[in-house]
Amino acid sequence: MNFDLHTFLYGVFPYIATVVFLLGSWIRFDHEQYTWKSDSSQLLSKQNMRLMSNLFHVGILGIFFGHIAGMVFPHGLWVGLGISDIAHQWIAILAGLVFGGAVVAGGAMLWHRRMFNPRVRAASRWMDINILGWLVITACFGLLTIPFSIGHAVGGNATTMLVLGEWIRSILILQPEPELIRNVDTVYKVHVFFGMSVFLFFPFTRLVHVWSAPIPYLFRAYQIVRTKRGL
Amino acid sequence: MKVRAQFAFVFNLDKCIGCHTCSVTCKNVWTNRKGVEYAWFNNVESKPGIGYPKNWADQNQWKGGWELKGGKLELKSGDRKSKLLNIFANPDMPEIDDYYEPFTYNYAHLQNAPLLEATPTARPQSQITGETMEKIHWGPNWEDDLAGEYSKRSMDVDMDGIQKEMYSQFENTFHMYLPRICNHCLNPACVAACPSGSIYKREEDGIVLVDQDKCRGWRMCISSCPYKKVFYNWESGKAEKCIGCYPRVESGMPTVCSESCVGRIRYNGIMLYDADKIETLASTQNEQDLYEAQCNIFLDPNDPAVIAAARAEGINEDWIIAAQKSPIYKMAIDWKIAFPMHPEFRTLPMVWYVPPLSPVQSQIDQGNLPVGPDGAIPLAGTMRTPIQYLANLLTAGKTAPVESALNRLIAMRSYQRSVHVEGIADTRALDKAGITEDQAKEMYRYLAIANYEDRFVIPTGHEEVRLEDFYAFQGQNGFTFGNDSSAGISKTSLFPERRKETVEVCVIQPLAKMKP
Repeated sequence: MNFDLHTFLYGVFPYIATVVFLLGSWIRFDHEQYTWKSDSSQLLSKQNMRLMSNLFHVGILGIFFGHIAGMVFPHGLWVGLGISDIAHQWIAILAGLVFGGAVVAGGAMLWHRRMFNPRVRAASRWMDINILGWLVITACFGLLTIPFSIGHAVGGNATTMLVLGEWIRSILILQPEPELIRNVDTVYKVHVFFGMSVFLFFPFTRLVHVWSAPIPYLFRAYQIVRTKRGL
Repeated sequence: MKVRAQFAFVFNLDKCIGCHTCSVTCKNVWTNRKGVEYAWFNNVESKPGIGYPKNWADQNQWKGGWELKGGKLELKSGDRKSKLLNIFANPDMPEIDDYYEPFTYNYAHLQNAPLLEATPTARPQSQITGETMEKIHWGPNWEDDLAGEYSKRSMDVDMDGIQKEMYSQFENTFHMYLPRICNHCLNPACVAACPSGSIYKREEDGIVLVDQDKCRGWRMCISSCPYKKVFYNWESGKAEKCIGCYPRVESGMPTVCSESCVGRIRYNGIMLYDADKIETLASTQNEQDLYEAQCNIFLDPNDPAVIAAARAEGINEDWIIAAQKSPIYKMAIDWKIAFPMHPEFRTLPMVWYVPPLSPVQSQIDQGNLPVGPDGAIPLAGTMRTPIQYLANLLTAGKTAPVESALNRLIAMRSYQRSVHVEGIADTRALDKAGITEDQAKEMYRYLAIANYEDRFVIPTGHEEVRLEDFYAFQGQNGFTFGNDSSAGISKTSLFPERRKETVEVCVIQPLAKMKP
């Protein structure tokens, strides 16, 4: 195996991104928790926020959990549940279309607002504009893979999806096998590269608020009292 | 019984002259920073009026505070699940224009303008975008001293059930000031609505604070506070609110708004209350009973059982003594002349108000209005401000307690007038209003003289319960070697850089030309 750009991007880069993602988040949380926030701009402009923000966020959550379910969970699980590879592929296409479409639609509107609403623009940092754009572009490449996937599904051949899943799992178990995806269509590879970069940028952006999804709120008492004693 | 101490306030509206000194001192101390230019932890509203932010008291619009859902206390904006479902876009969130777009003026132009035929003017500049604003449509105190159209001001929800047409006439119009700060509620809706659990009530003094490090900017507190006294700092992305001037209060000093009050209308003191009763009393069925319910949560600081229970909770001896000397207890419980604002929001607010008298003296002098037995002091029902309006503001519309309070304030004046003008103590009005001569004398001392030490009975915080070695604590705050209060200022930082504190004016004016 000769070490080329492909090996770097799909054998080494995932680890760089992961380490930066985890370590960066950790350092930022410990060192600069004051900057750890969703950085909402709803106060400055509320117009259509319910539509745009919900489309974007619901879409991205659907995409995230969809990728985990379809690509990270072991293949055997779905086979065991009686879902054939072709059915799996069609579900992925459909879910990707719906949630990916929501991200692109909501994200594009949010990006437009961020660029052209004078108040929101004035309160935007360079990275706020970039990361939103990056996410939308990533989702666009994700949507561009769909025609290829439909071709595979119609042709009764789900190999591409399966090797991509296998590659992800190889990364996660620390046995990287970049060769698995050397021959998949370029659009998949570009999408994967953009997606991994999101993790690379993550700790340096407002995305850190994802870590703080307030699920514990569902289980806590309404009132909180703190005392000086024992602090 | 679980005894807790609460740092509480009374504002005597009868003496508020609407000078805004409280607002300005507070602004200069706490909110003269980027992102909170529009935020006034303390503001003074002219009533009737829709206030700041616009129409804040209308909970049909903002869904602030609590309500009873099937007999159970629940946030009006919805339960925990609905908070999370609406977290991507809070439907009840106010927009900056509901407050006002913060602005400054291009003062530099006055000096830098080239030679002109006309006098140069300083045009308003948005403090968000830095752009010139064509016209200012709303400000922090747009309705000051009854400015603006009556039709708009009378949208005030406290005008519900009042004959608006009648009070629109010049002869009948009325006016009062309403200074507002965070109420440091016993049952705060902002705390309950915070998904990240960053807002908390301090056990020692009940001051409600936002943990700036833990706040994630989910902005549910902004809409859930029915008084709209939690603000979103659009620069830092964090919620900010009145901190009850805790660094001052811990040192035994009054809040800066209270200290600077020109009319001496503000009282700071300690109240002991039973924390076990919060939920039951806030769940009182009838809204008009909530004022009495809240009176029942307070504990008598002279009761030996209460003192023993307070000691058992670890409440310091000087705090118990302060509670016994509390001006708040006297006005709210002993004399029943102070009321919580909008008790129907069910947050059990701890800033109480003495309702204002508004006699029409020239009408009385001409014998056009009925007066009491002394022939000089008017009756409560003849005031300019309709009692129903005050009741809508202070007792969820129940007029009897407000009328009784006004009668007591009048009786105290009548008594003092008899002593000082007639030379004979006439207690007839006192008897009718249900207060004793001693009480009337004390009310006079507290309300009319309002000595500093009577207005402010504030025990110091006890740092020794928090710190092992509180002497060594000196030098740890303020300028430190760590970066605990900075956001990093190096040019190449791993972390988002700190930006300039003030928005600069976009237009750069050419310098004035010198004469040859």
